[in-house]
Amino acid sequence: MSLDKIFGLYTIMFLAITVLIGIGERLGLFSNQMIGWLFMALSLAIYVVIGVLTRTSNPDQYYVAGRNVPAFYNGMATGSDWMSAASFISMAGALSVQGFSGLAYVMGWTGGYLLLAVFLGPYLRQFGAYTIPDFLGARYGGNTARVIGVVAAIACSLMYLIAQVTGVGFIVARFIGIDFNVGVFLGLIGVLFCSVLGGMKSVTWTQVAQYIILIISYLVPVVYLSWQIFSIPIPELTYGQLLQRNNAAAIAVTRDAKEKETRALWKAEADAANAKIKTGGLSEAEVDKLKAEAAQATRQATAPAASDDAKFGRYLTVPTGTGMWNFLALTFCLMVGTAGLPHILTRYYTSPSVRQARTTCAWALLCIFMLYFTAPAYAAFARFALYTRLVGTKISELPSWVNLWKPAGLFDVVDKNGDGIVQWADFVLKSSDFVVLATPEIAGLPFVITGLVMAGGLAAALSTADGLLLTIANAISHDLYYNVIDPSASLVKRLTITKVLLVVTAIVAAWISTYRLSLIVELVAWAFSLAGASFFPALVMGIWWKRANAIGANVGMLVGLGVTLFYMIGSRFFGMSWWGTQTIASAIFGLPAGFLTIWIVSLLTAPPPQSVQDLVVSVRYPKSGQGTKGDPLGRDLQEAPAH
Amino acid sequence: MATTTAAKPSTGTRRASGELTDQQREEYWRYNIKLTTVLLVIWFVVTFLISGLWASWLNQWTIIGFPLGYYMAAQGSLAIFVIEIAVYAYLMNKKDEEYGIREEG
Repeated sequence: MSLDKIFGLYTIMFLAITVLIGIGERLGLFSNQMIGWLFMALSLAIYVVIGVLTRTSNPDQYYVAGRNVPAFYNGMATGSDWMSAASFISMAGALSVQGFSGLAYVMGWTGGYLLLAVFLGPYLRQFGAYTIPDFLGARYGGNTARVIGVVAAIACSLMYLIAQVTGVGFIVARFIGIDFNVGVFLGLIGVLFCSVLGGMKSVTWTQVAQYIILIISYLVPVVYLSWQIFSIPIPELTYGQLLQRNNAAAIAVTRDAKEKETRALWKAEADAANAKIKTGGLSEAEVDKLKAEAAQATRQATAPAASDDAKFGRYLTVPTGTGMWNFLALTFCLMVGTAGLPHILTRYYTSPSVRQARTTCAWALLCIFMLYFTAPAYAAFARFALYTRLVGTKISELPSWVNLWKPAGLFDVVDKNGDGIVQWADFVLKSSDFVVLATPEIAGLPFVITGLVMAGGLAAALSTADGLLLTIANAISHDLYYNVIDPSASLVKRLTITKVLLVVTAIVAAWISTYRLSLIVELVAWAFSLAGASFFPALVMGIWWKRANAIGANVGMLVGLGVTLFYMIGSRFFGMSWWGTQTIASAIFGLPAGFLTIWIVSLLTAPPPQSVQDLVVSVRYPKSGQGTKGDPLGRDLQEAPAH
Repeated sequence: MATTTAAKPSTGTRRASGELTDQQREEYWRYNIKLTTVLLVIWFVVTFLISGLWASWLNQWTIIGFPLGYYMAAQGSLAIFVIEIAVYAYLMNKKDEEYGIREEG
């Protein structure tokens, strides 16, 4: 059976089961919790079955899926590898709070693929190794570059992995109501089944299956909402109208007398908290609590438009000055970070040819685009629901979705001025994640759709976790152990080590995530700047500039990493500020430093040997000298038939 | 799929590159650089000027309800990125064929 048929059938089956569960709900057979369990069990079963069916111990299959993943499917796999729990659940919410400034994420996480497509993807494929440190090792001859690559890859990927595992725990705990820690370990079973049994091959095909689930579940609620309000099922077209209505509502809210009264009360509360802090004599914990209260009250006291006669509310206002600098800097850092994350770069090795590597990148961005260009629509629909269906209702007659989601603690509705009516400033937002999670109920859809969204969030988190886990395990077993410590290790030994490492890494990630450190979310954003500043300059210079040499690249990577980390830690913990740049945009300093260092140090030292320069030339031309299979040094080719 | 036969003697020189003459290689590479430059210039203008510095000014116009600056940052730029990569893949793959270095598979 062809791939198209298999995945076509799979999609139809998945939709049919969803409809069946929906019918069951209508007939009163399933409770909400049971629907959650059904979707959880269904998706885990799919992933485990794919893992078992695609098991392999051939190294080419295990490390790079046999280099025969067609562009369209590789695009889908890259899409779900890329889109994490944050993209699926949190991004739309962040947009609804940040308005225009939040679009830095949407642009940064898509525009990076252009950099990937023209600077790196096809050339890495032509080079044809197993991992990114493989390329660094061969291009910058020696283990130093490889080891720096391994360290940077693990640093970026582990933080990211912990966040995905935390995401799985949250989703499962919220929808099924079981303990967070149990949820984490349930999710890990799904991840481990694929990666341990079939490495990249299983992970690739599971990711394709996961992409289909996540894109369907992301689109269904908002398409339905668009149909409900405008009778046009294309939310990306219709939300322009909502932006206009929301903007009018924002200005009306700003001018409204009752709203002003409510905001004044919040302002007073913030002032009182600040005054209390100033009087002193409080413990540190008390001060922190007061500070949080003051910040919350200040947010509530802020009107949705800057002044009574503003044309645009804050949501549509383009930032100026430092705000604009940060917007541009963040967009840039997210782009280079996207093009520098090892778990995405590795996907290009799985293409059958340079030709398909180029096409893969186009399909990948199209798959990602489908979600990212819908995310701002989610944000607009959620704000619309708040303005029209919540603001102005009686506090005793809140809409059903508000009552349903209030206990989850994502938001609260208070009656600050005691008039019995909900004002905009009475809506206290605690986590903007409610935007995607609550949309099915806002649209009045049955619970089965909420279950579908849960399955989608789970697919997004697990697919990214799969890719990251494999990257970390391969960095240690293939790059560190095989290439640096014991180059004579047999294939069986290496694969065994990889499998053990997969399990160990997964358990470590799960264990760290059970501490639920709030810092984790922040560290994920840091991963982009770290990847952008360390990998991007070394890879781009390595491919595009023959003269770049080992010492230049090694020093360059360390300087890029060092400058970025220096500004991150300085600005986050010690109040450092260069032109008001925010912490997550630290690569804006580290990246140019990295490029400059590679350039200057390379010119000051001897050029790389002729064989390396020939290698650089050979990756420019498809079908040229370099063997495009397996290990770049050709070692596996003698061993492979034995297995 | 791989076009070279399996077992290769390790490393050494990798001079052989298809059957391109030096002049053809030069032309091919120059075309690639030209295309890459054009795409990156568009990328820069769309991202940092149209969707960034000029967005506020562009917001005075409206397209199907969207203020134009917001539209470009939320949708227009994304669509342009997709088209750019597709064009790159199409043109480079065509160039490969022209120079006889198109890979099967």
